Amino acid sequence: MIRKIAVLGGITKSGVRETLRMVEIYPGEIVAVVGPTGSGKSQLISDIEYWADGDTPSRRQIQINDQVPAEFAVETSLRRLVAEISQNMNFVIDMSVRDFLLLHAESRHIENALEVAKAVVDCANQLTGEPLMMDDSLTALSGGQSRALMVADVALLSNAPIVLVDEIENAGINRLSALRLLAGRGKVVLVVTHDPLLALLADKRIVMQNGGMAKLLTASPSEKVLAGRLQKIDAVLCELRERIRLGGELTPEAIKEVTWPDAQRVSA
Amino acid sequence: MRLVIVAGPPATGKTSVMLHTLRHILTDKIRVAVCKIDCLETSDHSTYRRLSLPVMVGLSDYICPDHFYVSNLEEIFAWGEKQQAEILVVETAGLCHRCAPGIKGCLSICVVDNLSGIDTPKKVGPVLTTADVVVVTKGDIVSQAEREVFRRRIEMVNPAAHVLEINGLTGQGALRLKKVVLASPSIEGVEGRELRYPMPSAVCSYCNGETVIGSRYQMGNVKKIVYREVSND
Repeated sequence: MIRKIAVLGGITKSGVRETLRMVEIYPGEIVAVVGPTGSGKSQLISDIEYWADGDTPSRRQIQINDQVPAEFAVETSLRRLVAEISQNMNFVIDMSVRDFLLLHAESRHIENALEVAKAVVDCANQLTGEPLMMDDSLTALSGGQSRALMVADVALLSNAPIVLVDEIENAGINRLSALRLLAGRGKVVLVVTHDPLLALLADKRIVMQNGGMAKLLTASPSEKVLAGRLQKIDAVLCELRERIRLGGELTPEAIKEVTWPDAQRVSA
Repeated sequence: MRLVIVAGPPATGKTSVMLHTLRHILTDKIRVAVCKIDCLETSDHSTYRRLSLPVMVGLSDYICPDHFYVSNLEEIFAWGEKQQAEILVVETAGLCHRCAPGIKGCLSICVVDNLSGIDTPKKVGPVLTTADVVVVTKGDIVSQAEREVFRRRIEMVNPAAHVLEINGLTGQGALRLKKVVLASPSIEGVEGRELRYPMPSAVCSYCNGETVIGSRYQMGNVKKIVYREVSND
């Protein structure tokens, strides 16, 4: 059982000690990782995925329940504790969706592989637009279909207690439902994001700067209220996007029908 | 002296992986020498020299580089001892990967990359199946699921191997390879030692410089295709 994950601070890109010496994350928490491009967000995610022990460019160390990973579990079990959605938009592996999912299930020692594979495809098809099929070749999937499959695979097949997400907003899929699906219940979740809504929905956020963890913020009550409003605005934008995507036209009447949430208060 | 053999398909990052690993080893003040075996040309020696190491290059020219490597192992080993190296790394380019350069009792590392295709672990053959360590590079360009599937394929053909993921650009993972290298056995010499896998004989007319096509021009160890129908399943 994972009770706590701790990231012990290493060095920044300039080689000096990073400001935060330790960040602790508990199951059930969503932690956003924010910062400008090149500030080291992906490296932080990668450190956790790799169970860094001072042996990555950041020199960070990851601990589980106050233990170094090697003491907590053997290498093969450690790998299965983490599921990651990276920034990659496409598959490069040349296999059918079915063969890929079955082999992935085998690598994670999952017994009812075919059932799980079917569930993954069904789930991916709820996230994406045009449905993908079991016999499709992975490399022929579109960016959005690939991302939907990656998300469904992480959520249902890997089903790991630690979930790492390196940007979900550019995927062309609904990022909120994707995140909800990934986060599940009682998991440790880290989300790299540039999206204010995702950042404010998180319980905490780590601010990255020059390769180092510079600040740890906890979502304030007023930020939580703002997140609620942003979610309503987001719902409107999503609805408009769907209408336009499906070839709809937005007549003056249709635009009037749009209910703008708290328009005045947000602009004030 | 520990003899470490590094092999694998071209452009997988053999040299990058070893540079990062050796950099870690050198911080312990251990003496390292490197021998690079290639076919026609190589610039890897200058890359290795950046670490201020003694580097030797062997170009096999018209001979298969792996055969050339075995024929010269004694001399390479002697050169390493002359450099007073505690670790001698021999990186071979190989050509067709039908040969495996691994030696019984010496650490054998095979480097492959995540982009090389899902059937690569099967195709690469003895160079991978006889290796102690299989290093997988370019993991940052594929999804985690793809890395896991690729690793699974490696474990299927070489269940005993220690599979290590190393990022050739940042060096992430190289410290783990350092530990494996330092834990490998030291040997007194190579004479009398055995290859892990026999190298195929290759003494046909074309090995000897023949350029004209046709049975009339073929002598020596010639093998012809055995035709068979390829069925759809």
